[in-house]
Amino acid sequence: MILFRQVRYQLMLFFRRPAAMFFVIIMPVVLLALLTQILGNEAIPGEWVSTAQFYTPALAVFGVVSACYIYLAVSTATSRDQGVLKRIRGTPLSPTVYMTARIISVSIIAFISAIIVIAAGVYFLDVEMLWEKFAAGCVILFVGGLTFAALGLAVAAMCRSSETVQAVVNATLLPLAFLSEIFIRPGRELPDWMVRTADFFPLKHFGVAFGNAFRPSLDGHGFTFGGDDTVFTIVPELTVMAIWGIAATLVAVRFFKWDYKL
Amino acid sequence: MNDPAVSVDGLVKTYGNAVAVNGISFDIAPGETFALLGPNGAGKTSTIEMLEGYRKRTAGNIDVLGFDPGRNRREFRERIGLVLQSTALEPELTVQETITAFSEFYPKPARIDGLLTSVGLADQRTKRIKALSGGQQRRLEIALGLVGDPDVLFLDEPTTGLDPDARNGIWRMIQQLSGRGKTVILTSHNMAEVEALADRLAIMVSGEICAIGTVPEVVGLYGGNPRITFWWPHEAPPGDLPPSLAGAHDTGDNWYVCEVAEPALALSELTGWAGLHGVDLNHLTITKPSLESIYLSIVDRFHQAGGGSQ
Repeated sequence: MILFRQVRYQLMLFFRRPAAMFFVIIMPVVLLALLTQILGNEAIPGEWVSTAQFYTPALAVFGVVSACYIYLAVSTATSRDQGVLKRIRGTPLSPTVYMTARIISVSIIAFISAIIVIAAGVYFLDVEMLWEKFAAGCVILFVGGLTFAALGLAVAAMCRSSETVQAVVNATLLPLAFLSEIFIRPGRELPDWMVRTADFFPLKHFGVAFGNAFRPSLDGHGFTFGGDDTVFTIVPELTVMAIWGIAATLVAVRFFKWDYKL
Repeated sequence: MNDPAVSVDGLVKTYGNAVAVNGISFDIAPGETFALLGPNGAGKTSTIEMLEGYRKRTAGNIDVLGFDPGRNRREFRERIGLVLQSTALEPELTVQETITAFSEFYPKPARIDGLLTSVGLADQRTKRIKALSGGQQRRLEIALGLVGDPDVLFLDEPTTGLDPDARNGIWRMIQQLSGRGKTVILTSHNMAEVEALADRLAIMVSGEICAIGTVPEVVGLYGGNPRITFWWPHEAPPGDLPPSLAGAHDTGDNWYVCEVAEPALALSELTGWAGLHGVDLNHLTITKPSLESIYLSIVDRFHQAGGGSQ
């Protein structure tokens, strides 16, 4: 099947790009090791069990976003700069199949990255897997991956060159990752504007929802509406992510060009 | 005559107020190699990209193998092959992977082994694209243009930037194609390439076709006459030259040049005259006007006439 073969070629390309592999697959594990060393991994008073129990899901989300947002946007824009997209457009291959293959391939890469971080957390840092929340966690990763893939393609659609795309994705992801409880676990109340900024964008919702799947203090499997603060529900975060994902898809479909000279 | 493989009628392309292609018409027969020439900005690439289905036309009609390229149908794409102006390959894939990936797009792909052999890349199949030389990348792109076994092949400046050896290899491949009944549409800035490959050519300037025909036709119509050059060893110009060489003029250092309408007559008169005067004519040459000089004079004349002004 042509879609399957196209996914395979896209995966081959990724695994032959050492820089991309390092940032998407190795970096989250390195950050997990560094942060647990710097902050210590002992049990901390309060609801969190350990540093690793917080950072493992947070860095899994970071890996997923690196794959689906940064790598997809930059690699697609680079292929466009190189004329590869224009060339593909001149073949009988359906453009939909080609773009779907790119999205599926980064989703696979994202899952590999997430599995490696979580496995490292579980085996080396005593992270506890909460299996009753596992299915909800998978749904979060899936929706989050697709949302950030749509955002990546929207950025690629709005910027002409791969250099601009690279700058925009990094400039949007890194500061937000600090505000969105991905890199920093806030030890005190953040300023109001920071909280509101982070609440507006999808990254925090992705991180919080997936982090909740690793919070032993929450009850339930996640597939519930409402409930108080002690109940695990993925519905509010999924809703915000889905709105961003749909908006980004519309922008990408409307503005994406296969060659900027055409 | 068969139906043309490509038929263009009154084709217009405008970008805002700028007219890139100003109502051109031509037909290309099946199996023909057709070259489109012109200075940069003449509208060649716009024309080619409309034929390839990349750009929408503003007005006029295009028929390629019975399809309207503007509708960009899959069936159309299955029957054309493309070699774009600039290299467009994923650098991390190997030759074999790249051509296999492309072959999967087409219903009746050509045999990959034979294709790689014919472009001289059979020994490079496990090499990554980024490790290939410029000539090898270009030859691979030509193989990719052919992998779907197309009826019409578009070649946009296929040998620009290549060394003479790589260029000759590509010329041989293109010559074999027309032998197999493929229609080839070629753009080039290299007149030797056009003379070697094209059955017919059109010269575009400022969005209009200002000359079209076979190479001898264009040379005959626009090129003036063959040119006789000889060396006259004496100081004074020969006052009693035969009538067909009356227009001969000294270009310096006693070299005389004359354009002649009837070269056979002029040569026999010249040799008779030389025998009479004891001139040995051992520097005698007769040359046809080159396509390059004709091309330049056509482009120049068209610009001066203000043709195609927007």
